[in-house]
Amino acid sequence: MRQSKRRYAGVAEQGVSILITLFGLLILTFVIGRIMPTDPVRAMVGEDATREVYENVYRQLGLDKPMWQQFLIYLRDIATFDFGTSIRTGKPVLEDIARVLPATIELATFAIIIGAGLGTPMGVIAATNKDKWQDQLIRVFSLMGHSMPIFWTGMIALLVFYANLGWVGGSGRMSQFYIGLVPERTNFLLIDSALAGQWDVFRSALNHIILPASLLGYSSSAYITRMTRSFMLDQINQEYVTTARVKGLSRRQTIWRHAFGNIRVQLVTIVALAYGALLEGAVLIETVFAWPGFGQYLTSNLLIGDMNAVMTCVLIVGVIFIGLNILSDILYRVFDPRTR
Amino acid sequence: MSMTDRLSSAPAQRRLPHGLIVARNILLFLMRAPTSLFGLIVLGLLITLAVFAPLIATHDPYVQNLQNTLQPPSAAHLFGTDELGRDIFSRLVAGSRITLSIIFLVTIVVGPLGLFFGTVAGYYGGKVDTVLMRITDIFLSFPSLILSLAFVAALGPSLNNAIIAISLTAWPPIARLARAETMTFRQADYIAAAKLQGASSARIIWRSIVPMCLPSVLIRLTLNMATVILTAAGLGFLGLGAQPPLPEWGAMIATGRRYMIDSWWLVTFPGLAILCVSLAFNLLGDGLRDALDPKQMNRR
Repeated sequence: MRQSKRRYAGVAEQGVSILITLFGLLILTFVIGRIMPTDPVRAMVGEDATREVYENVYRQLGLDKPMWQQFLIYLRDIATFDFGTSIRTGKPVLEDIARVLPATIELATFAIIIGAGLGTPMGVIAATNKDKWQDQLIRVFSLMGHSMPIFWTGMIALLVFYANLGWVGGSGRMSQFYIGLVPERTNFLLIDSALAGQWDVFRSALNHIILPASLLGYSSSAYITRMTRSFMLDQINQEYVTTARVKGLSRRQTIWRHAFGNIRVQLVTIVALAYGALLEGAVLIETVFAWPGFGQYLTSNLLIGDMNAVMTCVLIVGVIFIGLNILSDILYRVFDPRTR
Repeated sequence: MSMTDRLSSAPAQRRLPHGLIVARNILLFLMRAPTSLFGLIVLGLLITLAVFAPLIATHDPYVQNLQNTLQPPSAAHLFGTDELGRDIFSRLVAGSRITLSIIFLVTIVVGPLGLFFGTVAGYYGGKVDTVLMRITDIFLSFPSLILSLAFVAALGPSLNNAIIAISLTAWPPIARLARAETMTFRQADYIAAAKLQGASSARIIWRSIVPMCLPSVLIRLTLNMATVILTAAGLGFLGLGAQPPLPEWGAMIATGRRYMIDSWWLVTFPGLAILCVSLAFNLLGDGLRDALDPKQMNRR
């Protein structure tokens, strides 16, 4: 009884702290939006608007009110999911983001499959061959992925695999030829084209996604490899592994069934965090590959100073990250009794 | 280190030369592993290049020569010339100064800031801790590039603003780490002893806690430098960091992008430079972790 009460108190405390973090996030985006050097009114009405029009819009945006009032209005808007309209496209920002986000999710999902598929076995191999040449090789290989400037690797990869070898598609999500051929249902191109039975488009899309996704996956595999290695080392040094071996289990069975089985949950956390971090790589890689996703939407709006769009993008990234951090926090607490 | 060494150096522990002995030992340890040796060499090279940049550069990095644009690498121009006929090798050398100053400025801002907030939060605990950690949480809820992007957008694109933005995003992990370290020995006997002797909180933090946090903070800073360099280059690439004609490596890649198909050298060499330096920091951080963590040393 008492214990459950304490647990509820813990959950409530966690909830309050999440709310405070979210509030801080809103302050941060608000401040960033307000001190942006571009004039939002000018961007909206254009260069040759009359003074009257300018002042009307100025008042409409609430920029004549004191800062704290503007912040309250901002809070109210956010609470009602009104993120304003994009100056560039003239549509609600949320609608814009809903349109571009699937492209990024598709890319990131593809990338994390490659990253986890590469990183997990490498981590296990590195741990089981600790300090041997395999370990050293994997260490350098994965650190390389972590060290490369991804926008540069993307350009070089395009130059080699697209321009010279012609193995993969170039920039964009599919060949120019196919654009508009597939009805947009989910905005996930691979799913849409499969649903429509357009296998040519599907193949083209696959051809285009493979290069950026591989690069993103490679860069995120460094983190996954490192964490897998250290989790595995913790397990291998424990006595139950010796016991399993003494019992007569093969080395392979011990490692994959027992030791690896015990790190699965930890791994899920790590992969979740790596998935969030892909958003960062996406900003750069989408610019290089002309990928019409969230990252490109963010950077293009940054450069023209579209305040509403930028603030919302930053907010969304923040919320995604807070969610992932909470997830890892909870799992960490559940699995490491020392932190209780 | 043999047993006698350890015994003889023990009485000298309080004096300054001890720090030098430790530094020498760490350096020797790092030089034994080929990977961290590579890191050391690249870093040494970077510093040499930056210090002697005007002597090493074969041309003026800013002087244009429109008769000599987009020349492939040759004896006259080691790494070729760019779209304005400027020597790429000389620009890379000049760019090493920019990279080094980014590293230096970010380190001297982020290290002390993170150490201060982390140790204070960890030592006092309670409300102070809650407030400070809330603030770091907010900053940590962004990937560093996105937050830097937002800050630079707010401050206006320039190299200085990029450095400020990167510093603003880089201190929270350091603070987190210092706090975690502080909490593990907040209850230690030697802290209690210092308290009983009447040492003030500031003195305890400065003399007893900060030195204990320093090794892990140092490793974290080194590992972070790779991210800092990549973020700075990324900002430069997006046109939000160093502005042309500054020979910042990321910005050089951005301008070279247009000529990439025919003139591969424009983007290849600056990219390799970024890759080498950030790889060097990662390898060095990896080596430092082994060198400074006794638990890891025993495991080896």
